Amino acid sequence: MNWHEYVNQTGMLPLWPYEVNYGKENVVETDVLVIGGGVGGCRAAISARQHGATVAVADRGVTKHSGQGGAGVDHWHGAVRNPCSKVTPEMYSDIAMEVSGGYTNGAARYIIGMEGWDTLLELEQMGVQIRDEDDDFKDTMWRDEETKLLFAYDVDNKHCLRIYGNNIKPVVDREMRSLGVQVYERICITSLLTENGIKGSRVIGATGVNDRTGEFYIFKAKAVVIATGGGGRLGSFAPDMTGNGSMVDMNMTGMGHTLSWNAGAELVLMDSLSNATGLGYAPYSMGNSDNTYQGVRVIDADGKVIPYANSKGELLTEERQIFQSSRPGENFVIGHGIGLNMPVTRDYGITNLDPSLSKQLRSGKLKLPLYDDFPGMDPESRKIIWNLMLAHEGKCRVPIFENMQHWGFDPEQDMLQYAVTDHPFVCAMVSWMGLDHNPPSWISTKRAGGILTDWRLEASIPGLFVAGGNPLFGSGCHGEAHTTGRYCGRQAAAFAKNHPAVEPERGQIDREKDECYTPVLKSGGDVGWRELNYALTRVFQDYCGSHKTEDILNLGIKRMSDLRRTEGMRTFANNPHELARVIECYRLMDLSNCYFEAAKARKCSSKLLNFFRVDYPEVDPPEWKKFLPVSQTEKGVNVRDLPCDYYLQAPYNSNLRANYEQYAELD
Amino acid sequence: MAIYSYPSMPDPCKVLEFDKEKCVGCNICVNSCPLDVMIPNFIKGAEPIVLFAEECWFCGSCVQECPAGALTLIPPALQRISTVWKRKATGEEFRMGMLNPPAPNLNPPAGNRK
Repeated sequence: MNWHEYVNQTGMLPLWPYEVNYGKENVVETDVLVIGGGVGGCRAAISARQHGATVAVADRGVTKHSGQGGAGVDHWHGAVRNPCSKVTPEMYSDIAMEVSGGYTNGAARYIIGMEGWDTLLELEQMGVQIRDEDDDFKDTMWRDEETKLLFAYDVDNKHCLRIYGNNIKPVVDREMRSLGVQVYERICITSLLTENGIKGSRVIGATGVNDRTGEFYIFKAKAVVIATGGGGRLGSFAPDMTGNGSMVDMNMTGMGHTLSWNAGAELVLMDSLSNATGLGYAPYSMGNSDNTYQGVRVIDADGKVIPYANSKGELLTEERQIFQSSRPGENFVIGHGIGLNMPVTRDYGITNLDPSLSKQLRSGKLKLPLYDDFPGMDPESRKIIWNLMLAHEGKCRVPIFENMQHWGFDPEQDMLQYAVTDHPFVCAMVSWMGLDHNPPSWISTKRAGGILTDWRLEASIPGLFVAGGNPLFGSGCHGEAHTTGRYCGRQAAAFAKNHPAVEPERGQIDREKDECYTPVLKSGGDVGWRELNYALTRVFQDYCGSHKTEDILNLGIKRMSDLRRTEGMRTFANNPHELARVIECYRLMDLSNCYFEAAKARKCSSKLLNFFRVDYPEVDPPEWKKFLPVSQTEKGVNVRDLPCDYYLQAPYNSNLRANYEQYAELD
Repeated sequence: MAIYSYPSMPDPCKVLEFDKEKCVGCNICVNSCPLDVMIPNFIKGAEPIVLFAEECWFCGSCVQECPAGALTLIPPALQRISTVWKRKATGEEFRMGMLNPPAPNLNPPAGNRK
């Protein structure tokens, strides 16, 4: 029942159901602490445990379901070493770098290529179905008859797999717990502890607040893995509208980015920004031809078929061509939804609808609304989209597949209507993202910005490791989170073996407690957490938006700091749940500083990064093709230059495989 | 019946429907929600109270975890009115949340794991 129904029924307000002890300390000691219990964090925990470490996971929600990949997945990128694949890890990494103009994570993409398939095979052992065991798709173009693997995006090169991932998170969670990983749920981690409390020194633990009890947690660890979500609530905030309309939930606040920034780690590509306006529809809830829906037959209101086009814009006549690259035999389709912008070339992009669709709709040649014509498809083509992809993709089984069928939707008879929206956008992107993008999901999720790491996926400060599509810069999506988690879990375990525990400094803990409990201990607060979040988002949108200059960016830093000291200090929390939300707002303000500093550091504009400055209008001048890692030190903000292919330069080897061989294996 | 004073309710107001016949108040759903939007009911055996409806992200974890099959996810009205389909043979229109819906379609998902 709803809260107001309870009040009407009982005539009473419900008390807070959990015992509250603000500030009461709980101390946890472990070899490896994993922050964030999504798929990346759970895989890191499993692998660290398998390599002999004691492991604790601190999760904001519940590890059985939390995280962006917590509600399922339908296809797996980067399985380039599966027995059918014609793509090599070298091709995968090099092409990712090429299509993004160098602005992605070449080392992580290579690690994903080397280990993505093994990581998936382990999931199969744990209990996730990855093959067409029931022979539903026998003798179709998507299937390899020997292995029964099913392919997405590219049926020639066979490196991206369709999987039955609805149960993936419960399966990973069960495995993790069976290995004896200690799981701490409902914890909002608030800071990293560093040696002597100094920014930039070794990470030795973390602090957190429980969102039911308000109790304080001190985690002491020899190594820490960050595996958290993106900071969407900084770029746009509309909680009443967007829980439904996004793939990112309210718990994802870029906390790992912020914790690392506050501890003195270097972040890169925080100057790669996406637009963050508009409101989305529920993911996958409407007609669509992209991603999970790719290959569906699309018609207009009069039944005219809208053809697909390859990434060069050439119209396709056969169904098989939809799942081929624009130059079969020469290149491959790298895929979609893996955090890769393709500003340099779309030659490796996926197929989508006729690019002249918008013009034809405006001229009246085609008529709105458009539909996904499921009944007009072959039974296997329909089934592989609706019963496999839609029934297994994240946030689809219950809200889309079961709910729509509950209301009678029958793909054998029914056509699903598209949003009546800006159709150039429909051609280019996933249509349910609506007018522009989903507010809560976009900034720094998957696309680019995150924590800089070396070949061990260790950050620039010792003892801090990074996994997952969000915090690990330029590293992808669901499968990539598993793979980088699994990789850096074993690296963290090795680090913990070789580094003794260090006792945290009490002063650092006390300062953190003072800040965290202000909203419940200081009386007279008159600003709610949402009002604060709206305000900080407004500052960020205005001052890190489309009119960036040095002065405006500096004003943004000043406004945010003013907001923090004024309304921020007057923000109250009625219970531990709200308290955690206020703390998240504080950390989002800290995170904004990282974005502002990264934007100040890049004194040019860049089409490749979708980054434009009014005072430095020159676009992508060659001397600015580089990463600009930003970090905080005890003396202030530090920026340096780093080549985009730093992972192939000294002290590393100039060749991908040699680096992998040197760093990936521990013995 | 008393009329109480309320602040405006959050939007969406109702995100979950509990089947009172089936729900035994076990609170498994409360503890499976990553966003912690529910609290246990103070009336023993009664369905949980949805306290933070606007934080629901509609993942359906609670629905999948409910051992009694007592839960239905209710998408917000702006979504119900957007998810529209048309029967190809008859031109008849349907939508999520419509009046007098057709019988549920029991077409199962592909795959053989729970």
